[in-house]
Amino acid sequence: MNSITETTYSDTVVRQFTLMTVVWGVVGMLVGLIIAAQLAWPELNFGIPWFSYGRLRPLHTNAVIFAFGGCALFATSYYVVQRTGQTRLFAPGLAAFTFWGWQAVILAAAISLPLGYTSGKEYAELEWPIDILITVVWVSYAIVFFGTVVKRKVSHIYVANWFYGAFILTVAVLHLVNSAAVPAGMMKSYSAYAGVQDAMVQWWYGHNAVGFFLTAGFLGMMYYFIPKQAERPVYSYRLSIVHFWALIFTYMWAGPHHLHYTALPDWTQSLGMVFSLILLAPSWGGMINGIMTLSGAWHKLRDDPVLRFMIVSLSFYGMSTFEGPMMSIKTVNALSHYTDWTVGHVHSGALGWVGLVSMGAVYFLVPRLFGQKKMHSVPAIELHFWTATIGIVLYISAMWIAGVMQGLMWRAINEDGTLTYTFVESVKATYPYYVVRVVGGALYLFGMVVMLWNVMMTAFKGKVIAIPIPAVVAHA
Amino acid sequence: MEILFLLIPLSVVLVLLILIGLWWAIDKGQFEHLDAEGERILRHE
Repeated sequence: MNSITETTYSDTVVRQFTLMTVVWGVVGMLVGLIIAAQLAWPELNFGIPWFSYGRLRPLHTNAVIFAFGGCALFATSYYVVQRTGQTRLFAPGLAAFTFWGWQAVILAAAISLPLGYTSGKEYAELEWPIDILITVVWVSYAIVFFGTVVKRKVSHIYVANWFYGAFILTVAVLHLVNSAAVPAGMMKSYSAYAGVQDAMVQWWYGHNAVGFFLTAGFLGMMYYFIPKQAERPVYSYRLSIVHFWALIFTYMWAGPHHLHYTALPDWTQSLGMVFSLILLAPSWGGMINGIMTLSGAWHKLRDDPVLRFMIVSLSFYGMSTFEGPMMSIKTVNALSHYTDWTVGHVHSGALGWVGLVSMGAVYFLVPRLFGQKKMHSVPAIELHFWTATIGIVLYISAMWIAGVMQGLMWRAINEDGTLTYTFVESVKATYPYYVVRVVGGALYLFGMVVMLWNVMMTAFKGKVIAIPIPAVVAHA
Repeated sequence: MEILFLLIPLSVVLVLLILIGLWWAIDKGQFEHLDAEGERILRHE
Protein backbone atom coordinates (compact mmCIF):
# COMPACT_ATOMS: atom_id res chain seq x y z
CA MET A 1 0.00 0.00 0.00
CA ASN A 2 2.75 2.46 -0.89
CA SER A 3 1.69 5.73 -2.49
CA ILE A 4 2.96 6.43 -5.96
CA THR A 5 4.58 9.71 -5.00
CA GLU A 6 6.07 9.38 -1.56
CA THR A 7 6.46 13.01 -0.70
CA THR A 8 4.94 13.37 2.77
CA TYR A 9 5.38 11.62 6.08
CA SER A 10 2.60 9.35 7.34
CA ASP A 11 1.74 11.16 10.56
CA THR A 12 -1.97 10.47 11.09
CA VAL A 13 -1.19 7.43 13.22
CA VAL A 14 1.51 9.39 15.07
CA ARG A 15 -1.05 12.09 15.90
CA GLN A 16 -3.57 9.52 17.08
CA PHE A 17 -1.15 7.67 19.32
CA THR A 18 0.28 10.95 20.70
CA LEU A 19 -3.14 12.20 21.79
CA MET A 20 -4.09 8.86 23.32
CA THR A 21 -0.80 8.81 25.24
CA VAL A 22 -1.96 11.84 27.16
CA VAL A 23 -5.52 10.57 27.60
CA TRP A 24 -4.42 7.16 28.90
CA GLY A 25 -1.83 8.86 31.09
CA VAL A 26 -4.59 10.71 32.90
CA VAL A 27 -6.74 7.57 33.15
CA GLY A 28 -3.96 5.28 34.35
CA MET A 29 -2.66 7.79 36.90
CA LEU A 30 -6.18 8.44 38.17
CA VAL A 31 -6.64 4.73 38.84
CA GLY A 32 -3.26 4.83 40.57
CA LEU A 33 -4.44 7.66 42.80
CA ILE A 34 -7.62 5.76 43.64
CA ILE A 35 -5.76 2.63 44.74
CA ALA A 36 -3.18 4.70 46.66
CA ALA A 37 -6.11 6.28 48.51
CA GLN A 38 -7.65 2.87 49.13
CA LEU A 39 -4.48 1.65 50.80
CA ALA A 40 -4.71 4.56 53.23
CA TRP A 41 -8.52 4.45 53.54
CA PRO A 42 -9.83 0.97 52.63
CA GLU A 43 -13.44 2.10 52.91
CA LEU A 44 -12.88 3.66 49.50
CA ASN A 45 -13.63 0.36 47.78
CA PHE A 46 -17.27 1.04 48.77
CA GLY A 47 -17.86 -2.71 49.03
CA ILE A 48 -18.12 -2.96 45.24
CA PRO A 49 -16.16 -5.83 43.69
CA TRP A 50 -15.32 -3.86 40.53
CA PHE A 51 -13.81 -1.10 42.64
CA SER A 52 -11.74 -3.28 44.92
CA TYR A 53 -7.98 -2.80 45.22
CA GLY A 54 -7.19 -6.30 43.98
CA ARG A 55 -9.01 -5.67 40.69
CA LEU A 56 -8.02 -2.01 40.23
CA ARG A 57 -4.31 -2.49 40.79
CA PRO A 58 -3.70 -4.46 37.56
CA LEU A 59 -5.94 -1.95 35.78
CA HIS A 60 -3.56 0.76 36.97
CA THR A 61 -0.37 -1.08 36.01
CA ASN A 62 -1.68 -2.12 32.61
CA ALA A 63 -3.01 1.37 31.90
CA VAL A 64 0.18 3.21 32.76
CA ILE A 65 2.61 0.71 31.23
CA PHE A 66 0.77 -0.48 28.12
CA ALA A 67 -1.79 2.23 27.45
CA PHE A 68 0.22 5.33 28.42
CA GLY A 69 3.71 3.92 27.85
CA GLY A 70 2.64 1.79 24.90
CA CYS A 71 0.99 4.64 23.01
CA ALA A 72 4.03 6.84 23.67
CA LEU A 73 6.28 4.16 22.18
CA PHE A 74 4.05 3.59 19.17
CA ALA A 75 3.77 7.33 18.50
CA THR A 76 7.45 8.13 18.86
CA SER A 77 8.77 5.02 17.10
CA TYR A 78 6.54 5.67 14.09
CA TYR A 79 7.71 9.30 14.08
CA VAL A 80 11.42 8.57 14.56
CA VAL A 81 11.71 5.68 12.09
CA GLN A 82 10.25 7.90 9.35
CA ARG A 83 12.32 10.99 10.16
CA THR A 84 15.64 9.15 10.52
CA GLY A 85 15.06 7.07 7.40
CA GLN A 86 13.59 10.02 5.48
CA THR A 87 10.85 7.76 4.19
CA ARG A 88 7.14 7.25 4.67
CA LEU A 89 5.82 4.47 6.89
CA PHE A 90 5.67 1.02 5.33
CA ALA A 91 2.05 -0.15 5.06
CA PRO A 92 0.30 2.87 6.63
CA GLY A 93 -2.97 0.90 6.57
CA LEU A 94 -1.42 -1.72 8.82
CA ALA A 95 -0.11 1.07 11.05
CA ALA A 96 -3.68 2.36 11.33
CA PHE A 97 -4.73 -1.16 12.36
CA THR A 98 -2.10 -1.15 15.12
CA PHE A 99 -3.66 2.04 16.50
CA TRP A 100 -7.24 0.74 16.60
CA GLY A 101 -6.11 -2.74 17.65
CA TRP A 102 -4.10 -1.34 20.56
CA GLN A 103 -7.04 0.79 21.70
CA ALA A 104 -9.21 -2.35 21.55
CA VAL A 105 -6.69 -4.18 23.76
CA ILE A 106 -6.81 -1.31 26.26
CA LEU A 107 -10.61 -1.27 26.28
CA ALA A 108 -10.71 -5.04 26.74
CA ALA A 109 -8.35 -4.63 29.71
CA ALA A 110 -10.45 -1.81 31.18
CA ILE A 111 -13.53 -4.05 31.07
CA SER A 112 -12.11 -7.45 31.96
CA LEU A 113 -9.83 -6.50 34.83
CA PRO A 114 -12.44 -4.83 37.06
CA LEU A 115 -14.74 -7.77 36.28
CA GLY A 116 -12.11 -9.94 37.92
CA TYR A 117 -10.78 -11.83 34.90
CA THR A 118 -7.07 -12.27 35.48
CA SER A 119 -4.31 -14.77 34.81
CA GLY A 120 -2.72 -13.70 38.07
CA LYS A 121 0.60 -12.98 36.35
CA GLU A 122 1.96 -9.54 37.10
CA TYR A 123 1.95 -7.17 34.09
CA ALA A 124 0.51 -10.11 32.10
CA GLU A 125 -2.91 -10.32 33.79
CA LEU A 126 -4.97 -10.13 30.60
CA GLU A 127 -6.71 -13.37 29.71
CA TRP A 128 -5.94 -15.44 26.63
CA PRO A 129 -8.32 -13.94 24.02
CA ILE A 130 -6.82 -10.50 24.68
CA ASP A 131 -3.32 -12.01 24.57
CA ILE A 132 -4.10 -13.23 21.04
CA LEU A 133 -5.21 -9.75 19.99
CA ILE A 134 -2.01 -8.33 21.48
CA THR A 135 0.02 -10.81 19.41
CA VAL A 136 -1.77 -9.83 16.18
CA VAL A 137 -1.26 -6.11 16.86
CA TRP A 138 2.36 -6.63 17.84
CA VAL A 139 3.23 -8.65 14.73
CA SER A 140 1.65 -5.87 12.65
CA TYR A 141 3.71 -3.30 14.55
CA ALA A 142 6.90 -5.23 13.82
CA ILE A 143 5.99 -5.43 10.13
CA VAL A 144 5.34 -1.68 9.91
CA PHE A 145 8.44 -0.69 11.89
CA PHE A 146 10.95 -3.03 10.28
CA GLY A 147 9.33 -2.56 6.88
CA THR A 148 9.99 1.15 7.23
CA VAL A 149 13.61 0.49 8.26
CA VAL A 150 14.05 -1.68 5.16
CA LYS A 151 12.69 1.01 2.82
CA ARG A 152 14.77 3.80 4.37
CA LYS A 153 16.48 6.32 2.09
CA VAL A 154 19.33 6.91 4.55
CA SER A 155 21.63 3.90 4.66
CA HIS A 156 22.72 4.40 8.28
CA ILE A 157 20.19 3.19 10.83
CA TYR A 158 20.08 5.85 13.53
CA VAL A 159 20.76 4.44 16.99
CA ALA A 160 17.24 5.16 18.31
CA ASN A 161 15.87 2.64 15.80
CA TRP A 162 18.12 -0.09 17.21
CA PHE A 163 16.60 0.51 20.64
CA TYR A 164 13.05 0.55 19.26
CA GLY A 165 13.74 -2.56 17.17
CA ALA A 166 15.18 -4.50 20.11
CA PHE A 167 12.19 -3.46 22.24
CA ILE A 168 9.68 -4.63 19.61
CA LEU A 169 11.34 -8.01 19.00
CA THR A 170 12.03 -8.81 22.64
CA VAL A 171 8.55 -7.88 23.83
CA ALA A 172 7.15 -10.24 21.18
CA VAL A 173 9.22 -13.14 22.55
CA LEU A 174 8.44 -12.23 26.17
CA HIS A 175 4.72 -12.03 25.52
CA LEU A 176 4.55 -15.34 23.65
CA VAL A 177 6.58 -17.28 26.21
CA ASN A 178 5.07 -15.89 29.41
CA SER A 179 1.46 -15.81 28.23
CA ALA A 180 1.53 -19.46 27.13
CA ALA A 181 -1.55 -20.95 28.71
CA VAL A 182 -4.15 -23.68 28.37
CA PRO A 183 -7.64 -22.15 27.94
CA ALA A 184 -10.35 -23.53 30.20
CA GLY A 185 -13.20 -21.22 29.21
CA MET A 186 -13.68 -18.00 27.28
CA MET A 187 -11.93 -15.88 29.89
CA LYS A 188 -10.12 -18.48 31.96
CA SER A 189 -6.83 -20.26 31.41
CA TYR A 190 -4.05 -22.05 33.25
CA SER A 191 -0.40 -21.16 32.81
CA ALA A 192 1.67 -23.57 30.74
CA TYR A 193 4.15 -23.52 33.61
CA ALA A 194 3.79 -24.34 37.29
CA GLY A 195 5.34 -23.63 40.65
CA VAL A 196 8.80 -22.11 40.84
CA GLN A 197 9.27 -22.72 37.09
CA ASP A 198 6.29 -20.44 36.46
CA ALA A 199 7.81 -17.93 38.85
CA MET A 200 11.08 -17.98 36.94
CA VAL A 201 9.33 -17.49 33.57
CA GLN A 202 7.12 -14.79 35.07
CA TRP A 203 10.06 -12.80 36.40
CA TRP A 204 12.20 -13.38 33.32
CA TYR A 205 9.24 -11.75 31.60
CA GLY A 206 8.65 -9.15 34.29
CA HIS A 207 12.15 -7.87 34.44
CA ASN A 208 12.57 -7.86 30.69
CA ALA A 209 9.30 -5.98 30.40
CA VAL A 210 11.05 -3.33 32.48
CA GLY A 211 14.32 -3.67 30.56
CA PHE A 212 12.92 -3.65 27.06
CA PHE A 213 9.46 -2.09 27.18
CA LEU A 214 10.22 0.53 29.82
CA THR A 215 13.94 1.01 29.21
CA ALA A 216 15.16 0.13 25.71
CA GLY A 217 12.06 1.56 24.05
CA PHE A 218 12.28 4.83 25.98
CA LEU A 219 16.04 5.08 25.46
CA GLY A 220 15.22 5.03 21.75
CA MET A 221 12.88 7.94 22.44
CA MET A 222 15.56 9.74 24.44
CA TYR A 223 18.23 9.34 21.79
CA TYR A 224 16.12 11.13 19.21
CA PHE A 225 14.20 13.76 21.13
CA ILE A 226 16.97 15.07 23.40
CA PRO A 227 19.37 15.86 20.53
CA LYS A 228 16.48 17.37 18.57
CA GLN A 229 15.25 19.53 21.45
CA ALA A 230 18.77 20.55 22.53
CA GLU A 231 19.81 21.04 18.90
CA ARG A 232 23.01 19.17 19.62
CA PRO A 233 24.11 15.69 18.53
CA VAL A 234 24.34 12.81 20.97
CA TYR A 235 27.40 13.35 23.16
CA SER A 236 29.11 10.17 22.03
CA TYR A 237 27.46 8.35 19.20
CA ARG A 238 30.00 5.55 19.60
CA LEU A 239 29.01 5.11 23.25
CA SER A 240 25.34 4.92 22.29
CA ILE A 241 26.06 1.90 20.09
CA VAL A 242 28.31 0.18 22.63
CA HIS A 243 25.89 0.58 25.52
CA PHE A 244 23.00 -0.57 23.33
CA TRP A 245 24.59 -3.97 22.76
CA ALA A 246 25.78 -4.27 26.37
CA LEU A 247 22.35 -3.33 27.69
CA ILE A 248 20.28 -5.72 25.62
CA PHE A 249 22.59 -8.59 26.37
CA THR A 250 22.79 -8.05 30.13
CA TYR A 251 19.11 -7.31 30.79
CA MET A 252 18.05 -10.82 29.80
CA TRP A 253 19.68 -12.35 32.88
CA ALA A 254 18.48 -10.02 35.62
CA GLY A 255 15.07 -11.58 36.25
CA PRO A 256 15.99 -13.82 39.20
CA HIS A 257 16.55 -10.78 41.42
CA HIS A 258 12.78 -10.78 41.88
CA LEU A 259 13.03 -14.22 43.48
CA HIS A 260 15.77 -13.91 46.08
CA TYR A 261 15.30 -16.22 49.10
CA THR A 262 12.45 -18.07 47.40
CA ALA A 263 12.36 -21.66 46.18
CA LEU A 264 14.41 -20.60 43.14
CA PRO A 265 17.82 -22.36 43.23
CA ASP A 266 20.61 -20.37 44.84
CA TRP A 267 22.80 -20.39 41.73
CA THR A 268 20.01 -18.85 39.66
CA GLN A 269 19.51 -16.15 42.28
CA SER A 270 23.25 -15.39 42.26
CA LEU A 271 23.32 -15.24 38.45
CA GLY A 272 20.50 -12.71 38.49
CA MET A 273 22.22 -10.67 41.17
CA VAL A 274 25.56 -10.54 39.33
CA PHE A 275 24.04 -9.55 35.99
CA SER A 276 21.87 -6.94 37.70
CA LEU A 277 25.01 -5.37 39.15
CA ILE A 278 26.81 -5.48 35.78
CA LEU A 279 23.75 -3.76 34.27
CA LEU A 280 24.62 -0.59 36.16
CA ALA A 281 27.43 0.12 33.68
CA PRO A 282 25.54 0.17 30.36
CA SER A 283 22.58 1.90 32.01
CA TRP A 284 24.75 4.73 33.27
CA GLY A 285 26.46 4.86 29.89
CA GLY A 286 23.11 5.78 28.43
CA MET A 287 22.32 8.28 31.15
CA ILE A 288 25.66 10.05 30.88
CA ASN A 289 25.43 10.10 27.10
CA GLY A 290 22.01 11.71 27.20
CA ILE A 291 22.83 14.29 29.87
CA MET A 292 26.22 15.23 28.37
CA THR A 293 24.48 15.90 25.06
CA LEU A 294 23.76 19.24 26.72
CA SER A 295 27.48 19.92 26.94
CA GLY A 296 27.91 23.53 25.83
CA ALA A 297 24.16 24.07 25.96
CA TRP A 298 23.35 23.87 29.68
CA HIS A 299 21.93 27.39 29.55
CA LYS A 300 19.01 26.06 27.51
CA LEU A 301 17.70 24.35 30.63
CA ARG A 302 16.95 27.77 32.14
CA ASP A 303 14.38 28.72 29.55
CA ASP A 304 13.20 25.46 28.02
CA PRO A 305 10.92 23.37 30.25
CA VAL A 306 10.58 20.69 27.58
CA LEU A 307 14.32 20.08 27.68
CA ARG A 308 14.12 20.08 31.47
CA PHE A 309 11.58 17.23 31.37
CA MET A 310 13.97 15.22 29.24
CA ILE A 311 17.13 15.86 31.28
CA VAL A 312 15.46 15.35 34.66
CA SER A 313 14.02 12.10 33.34
CA LEU A 314 17.59 10.94 32.79
CA SER A 315 18.54 11.87 36.36
CA PHE A 316 15.75 9.65 37.64
CA TYR A 317 16.83 6.99 35.17
CA GLY A 318 20.34 7.12 36.64
CA MET A 319 18.95 6.99 40.16
CA SER A 320 16.72 4.01 39.44
CA THR A 321 19.44 2.12 37.59
CA PHE A 322 21.69 2.56 40.60
CA GLU A 323 19.01 1.69 43.11
CA GLY A 324 17.94 -1.40 41.16
CA PRO A 325 21.35 -3.11 41.19
CA MET A 326 21.71 -2.25 44.88
CA MET A 327 18.35 -3.87 45.61
CA SER A 328 19.44 -6.90 43.58
CA ILE A 329 22.14 -7.68 46.11
CA LYS A 330 20.77 -10.56 48.16
CA THR A 331 21.51 -9.06 51.57
CA VAL A 332 19.88 -5.77 50.59
CA ASN A 333 16.98 -7.62 49.07
CA ALA A 334 16.48 -9.53 52.30
CA LEU A 335 15.40 -6.19 53.75
CA SER A 336 13.61 -4.68 50.75
CA HIS A 337 11.66 -7.60 49.32
CA TYR A 338 7.86 -7.35 49.76
CA THR A 339 8.20 -3.85 51.23
CA ASP A 340 7.16 -0.49 49.87
CA TRP A 341 10.79 0.23 48.97
CA THR A 342 10.14 -1.88 45.87
CA VAL A 343 7.11 0.28 45.11
CA GLY A 344 9.24 3.41 45.58
CA HIS A 345 11.87 2.02 43.23
CA VAL A 346 9.29 1.16 40.57
CA HIS A 347 7.76 4.60 40.74
CA SER A 348 11.02 6.53 40.61
CA GLY A 349 11.66 4.70 37.34
CA ALA A 350 8.06 4.94 36.15
CA LEU A 351 7.18 8.51 37.14
CA GLY A 352 10.72 9.85 36.96
CA TRP A 353 12.16 8.21 33.86
CA VAL A 354 9.33 6.83 31.74
CA GLY A 355 6.78 9.51 32.61
CA LEU A 356 9.00 12.56 32.24
CA VAL A 357 10.75 11.48 29.02
CA SER A 358 7.36 10.66 27.46
CA MET A 359 6.01 14.05 28.48
CA GLY A 360 9.08 15.76 27.00
CA ALA A 361 8.71 13.84 23.75
CA VAL A 362 4.97 14.57 23.51
CA TYR A 363 5.57 18.30 24.16
CA PHE A 364 8.09 18.20 21.31
CA LEU A 365 5.71 16.36 18.97
CA VAL A 366 2.37 18.10 19.55
CA PRO A 367 3.22 21.54 18.12
CA ARG A 368 4.88 19.95 15.09
CA LEU A 369 1.99 17.55 14.49
CA PHE A 370 -0.50 20.42 14.54
CA GLY A 371 1.41 23.00 12.51
CA GLN A 372 2.25 25.21 15.51
CA LYS A 373 5.54 26.79 16.54
CA LYS A 374 5.04 25.92 20.19
CA MET A 375 2.57 24.56 22.71
CA HIS A 376 -0.52 26.68 23.51
CA SER A 377 0.92 27.60 26.92
CA VAL A 378 4.61 27.37 27.84
CA PRO A 379 3.95 28.47 31.49
CA ALA A 380 1.65 25.44 31.73
CA ILE A 381 4.57 23.22 30.76
CA GLU A 382 6.57 24.84 33.58
CA LEU A 383 3.71 24.22 36.02
CA HIS A 384 3.51 20.61 34.87
CA PHE A 385 7.25 20.14 35.31
CA TRP A 386 7.32 21.42 38.88
CA THR A 387 4.19 19.62 40.08
CA ALA A 388 5.38 16.39 38.49
CA THR A 389 8.86 16.64 40.03
CA ILE A 390 7.61 17.56 43.50
CA GLY A 391 5.03 14.78 43.24
CA ILE A 392 7.72 12.26 42.38
CA VAL A 393 9.96 13.32 45.28
CA LEU A 394 7.09 13.08 47.78
CA TYR A 395 6.07 9.70 46.41
CA ILE A 396 9.44 8.04 46.46
CA SER A 397 10.67 9.42 49.77
CA ALA A 398 7.43 8.29 51.45
CA MET A 399 7.91 4.81 50.02
CA TRP A 400 11.61 4.65 50.93
CA ILE A 401 10.92 5.47 54.54
CA ALA A 402 7.94 3.13 54.68
CA GLY A 403 9.84 0.33 52.98
CA VAL A 404 12.94 0.39 55.13
CA MET A 405 10.75 0.72 58.22
CA GLN A 406 8.70 -2.30 57.17
CA GLY A 407 11.83 -4.36 56.48
CA LEU A 408 13.30 -3.49 59.85
CA MET A 409 10.06 -4.11 61.74
CA TRP A 410 9.50 -7.48 60.11
CA ARG A 411 12.94 -8.77 61.03
CA ALA A 412 13.08 -7.37 64.56
CA ILE A 413 13.27 -10.16 67.12
CA ASN A 414 13.23 -10.13 70.88
CA GLU A 415 15.87 -11.69 73.04
CA ASP A 416 13.87 -14.87 73.32
CA GLY A 417 13.73 -15.16 69.52
CA THR A 418 10.10 -14.14 69.10
CA LEU A 419 9.06 -11.45 66.64
CA THR A 420 8.96 -7.98 68.15
CA TYR A 421 6.13 -6.69 65.97
CA THR A 422 2.95 -8.17 64.62
CA PHE A 423 2.36 -7.65 60.94
CA VAL A 424 -0.60 -5.38 61.55
CA GLU A 425 1.63 -3.09 63.62
CA SER A 426 3.77 -2.51 60.54
CA VAL A 427 0.63 -1.77 58.53
CA LYS A 428 -0.45 0.79 61.10
CA ALA A 429 3.00 2.40 61.12
CA THR A 430 2.90 2.71 57.34
CA TYR A 431 -0.33 4.73 57.32
CA PRO A 432 1.15 8.27 57.31
CA TYR A 433 3.43 7.36 54.42
CA TYR A 434 0.48 6.08 52.43
CA VAL A 435 -1.14 9.48 52.95
CA VAL A 436 1.99 11.32 51.75
CA ARG A 437 2.06 9.03 48.73
CA VAL A 438 -1.51 10.01 47.88
CA VAL A 439 -0.43 13.68 47.93
CA GLY A 440 2.59 12.96 45.71
CA GLY A 441 0.51 10.96 43.28
CA ALA A 442 -2.21 13.62 43.21
CA LEU A 443 0.36 16.26 42.26
CA TYR A 444 1.68 14.04 39.47
CA LEU A 445 -1.85 13.44 38.17
CA PHE A 446 -2.61 17.17 38.39
CA GLY A 447 0.40 17.83 36.17
CA MET A 448 -0.90 15.28 33.68
CA VAL A 449 -4.31 16.99 33.61
CA VAL A 450 -2.62 20.32 32.92
CA MET A 451 -0.80 18.60 30.05
CA LEU A 452 -4.06 17.22 28.67
CA TRP A 453 -5.55 20.73 28.68
CA ASN A 454 -2.44 22.17 27.02
CA VAL A 455 -2.36 19.46 24.35
CA MET A 456 -6.07 19.82 23.58
CA MET A 457 -5.76 23.60 23.27
CA THR A 458 -2.78 23.26 20.94
CA ALA A 459 -4.55 20.64 18.82
CA PHE A 460 -7.82 22.62 18.58
CA LYS A 461 -6.19 25.80 17.37
CA GLY A 462 -3.70 23.96 15.19
CA LYS A 463 -4.05 22.58 11.71
CA VAL A 464 -3.01 19.25 10.34
CA ILE A 465 -0.66 19.72 7.42
CA ALA A 466 1.23 17.00 5.62
CA ILE A 467 4.94 17.36 6.22
CA PRO A 468 7.10 16.87 3.13
CA ILE A 469 9.98 14.43 3.26
CA PRO A 470 13.24 16.24 2.50
CA ALA A 471 15.55 14.81 -0.14
CA VAL A 472 18.49 12.86 1.22
CA VAL A 473 21.72 14.86 1.15
CA ALA A 474 25.00 12.93 1.12
CA HIS A 475 27.16 13.90 4.10
CA ALA A 476 30.73 15.07 3.88
CA MET B 1 14.24 -26.72 37.46
CA GLU B 2 13.12 -28.33 34.22
CA ILE B 3 12.20 -24.87 32.89
CA LEU B 4 15.91 -24.42 32.25
CA PHE B 5 15.60 -26.90 29.40
CA LEU B 6 13.51 -24.18 27.76
CA LEU B 7 15.17 -21.04 29.06
CA ILE B 8 18.79 -21.92 28.33
CA PRO B 9 18.34 -23.04 24.69
CA LEU B 10 16.02 -20.06 24.15
CA SER B 11 18.65 -17.72 25.54
CA VAL B 12 21.35 -19.30 23.36
CA VAL B 13 19.17 -18.83 20.27
CA LEU B 14 18.57 -15.22 21.25
CA VAL B 15 22.28 -14.58 21.77
CA LEU B 16 22.93 -16.13 18.34
CA LEU B 17 20.35 -13.83 16.77
CA ILE B 18 21.96 -10.87 18.52
CA LEU B 19 25.39 -11.86 17.21
CA ILE B 20 24.00 -12.27 13.69
CA GLY B 21 22.48 -8.81 13.95
CA LEU B 22 25.78 -7.39 15.13
CA TRP B 23 27.71 -9.07 12.32
CA TRP B 24 25.19 -7.81 9.75
CA ALA B 25 25.52 -4.26 11.05
CA ILE B 26 29.31 -4.31 10.90
CA ASP B 27 29.24 -5.85 7.42
CA LYS B 28 26.81 -3.24 6.11
CA GLY B 29 28.96 -0.37 7.36
CA GLN B 30 26.50 0.76 10.02
CA PHE B 31 29.37 1.75 12.29
CA GLU B 32 31.22 3.98 9.80
CA HIS B 33 31.14 7.81 9.94
CA LEU B 34 29.46 7.76 13.35
CA ASP B 35 29.90 11.43 14.23
CA ALA B 36 28.35 12.55 10.96
CA GLU B 37 25.44 10.16 11.47
CA GLY B 38 24.86 11.50 14.96
CA GLU B 39 24.50 14.99 13.52
CA ARG B 40 22.39 14.02 10.52
CA ILE B 41 19.12 14.04 12.49
CA LEU B 42 19.66 17.71 13.34
CA ARG B 43 19.90 18.81 9.73
CA HIS B 44 16.60 18.31 7.98
CA GLU B 45 13.07 19.35 8.99
